[in-house]
Amino acid sequence: MTAVAQAPAGAPSTTSGRRPTSRRRREALAAMLFLAPDMLGLLLFLGIPMVACLVLGFFQVDGFGGYKWIGLGNYERMFADPLFLHSLRTTLLYLVILIPGLFVVSLALALLVRQRFPLVGLVRSMLFAPNVVSLVVVALVWKFMLTDQIGVIDRILGFFGVTAPSWLGTPKWAVGSILVVTIWFAMGYYMLIFLAGLQDIPREYYEVAKLDGAGPWQTFRHITWPLLKPTSFFILLTSTVSMMTGGLDLLYVLTSGGPANSTTLIIYYIYQQAFVYGEFGYASAIGAFLVVILLIWSAALFALTRGGRFGDGDK
Amino acid sequence: MATSDTVTRPAVRVNRPSGRGRRATALTVGAILALMTIFPLLWMVTSSFKGADEVLSTNLLPHKATLSNYTYVFTQVPFARYLLNSLIVSVVVTVVALWFHSMAAYALARLRFPGRDTLFLLIFSTLLVTAPVILVPLFLIVHTLGLLDTYAGLIIPAIFNAFGIFLLRQFYLSIPSELEDAAIVDGCSYWQIYWRVILPLSKPVFAALAVLFFLANWNAFLWPLIATNSQDLNVVQLGIASFQQEHANNWNYTLAASTIAAIPTLGLFALFQRRIVESIKTSGFK
Repeated sequence: MTAVAQAPAGAPSTTSGRRPTSRRRREALAAMLFLAPDMLGLLLFLGIPMVACLVLGFFQVDGFGGYKWIGLGNYERMFADPLFLHSLRTTLLYLVILIPGLFVVSLALALLVRQRFPLVGLVRSMLFAPNVVSLVVVALVWKFMLTDQIGVIDRILGFFGVTAPSWLGTPKWAVGSILVVTIWFAMGYYMLIFLAGLQDIPREYYEVAKLDGAGPWQTFRHITWPLLKPTSFFILLTSTVSMMTGGLDLLYVLTSGGPANSTTLIIYYIYQQAFVYGEFGYASAIGAFLVVILLIWSAALFALTRGGRFGDGDK
Repeated sequence: MATSDTVTRPAVRVNRPSGRGRRATALTVGAILALMTIFPLLWMVTSSFKGADEVLSTNLLPHKATLSNYTYVFTQVPFARYLLNSLIVSVVVTVVALWFHSMAAYALARLRFPGRDTLFLLIFSTLLVTAPVILVPLFLIVHTLGLLDTYAGLIIPAIFNAFGIFLLRQFYLSIPSELEDAAIVDGCSYWQIYWRVILPLSKPVFAALAVLFFLANWNAFLWPLIATNSQDLNVVQLGIASFQQEHANNWNYTLAASTIAAIPTLGLFALFQRRIVESIKTSGFK
């Protein structure tokens, strides 16, 4: 954002030499004015908070009054805090199941709705529909359906002679319920991104494969999968970031982090520390820690896949 | 599988084995999955028309449909006020965001100035910052500005995001420069070019972005939860969440409230689905 401040003209233009200096100066000035509102807002409400999050992690903040520098105190506290370690473990386990699950479901749906069949447009829309509803509504609807014994899911299972567990009342099933609801909510979005990737694959490849007598599995293995790698990379990256830092609304309304902290994922723990206990410094430190984890994950993914190309000479 | 059909029309539909059987299978599987996916939403809507005695029944459709749940929601809680608050916030954020983002995107795409590419990279990098992570400092900043528990505090921080700038910039890069050149020859200022050439061309992108911005703000819960206290400022998502806490066992009311909150989003989606889908696809690829 400092680039705007440096913009005063007179600096040599890189491109056109035929434009007179006054014109270039006017153009730069106009650009600054056009950019000013958004740049100020982004700086104030995104840039500064981002830096502040890192800085605040070194402070102990009480209510609104005092900020006390405590160095690495918050970080030491983090790794001695059994609840934090518990929520870290829960989050990692949750992601280890969620990310591949979401990936496979979305890809399968995309492969299905890529085909031409009557009403395919309607089917796509219906699969995407949960994504346009708010997470609060999603949480409420599922809470209603998952109500112990009298909820529609338990009633349907009862019809088949299955005694349902208390979905939101037992730690294991509560995590499972959050997983299912999250996949149900998010799959349509990633399906559309997969679909866009699939539609970018030139049709000729499939024609050739067909002439060569390749079956569906071979076609998928040797054409679709390799050519879909950039999309897969993009989805792995963005879904991890958004699943790790999102979904707080769902946790808040559906389980409130319970039972027995079983659904207190890190993002919920941050919220709790900050806005229930007023531990702003500690919450910021955990937030900063989360950012570091995400950066490491992104870097690892980049390195492993060589920037999404997977380095094996496809394409 | 080489039917006579594929021999006569070789280029068409070869990416999947054609034939009626295949298509019928895909349709069946697709229809079943789609119906299962939509079921919870359908269940919410139909149950919201059931009376208290019937809401826990397993019939999809109510025996005796009633509007009493809706009447209750609007008369017993200031639900109309919640809806109005959400509408104000969503509309103001959407309009201002489109205006600011299109100006910024125009400068980034069509004007030349030193540091342009660096600036764009900086803006782009803020896409990696997700809201929950910066929630605490954002809260402290808005508190310092004295904007907590005000409309301004709900609206202003929600305006700024790089996604809109990014999408608009991509679009503006594709506009042929002849149009601008003609305007420059006519002696138009940059503002006039933006206003008379760029904005009219932006209508389709604006439509898609407007729907996305409106949906995101209508559905927002976390920021309103933190930034407001007074009931007068409750947005609809906050309203239904606390309503459910107070009426934990009266699902018929809660479902009516949820349906009202969901209807605008589902309606917008039905109307603009092609545009929404297009912009989501674009967002996936630079």
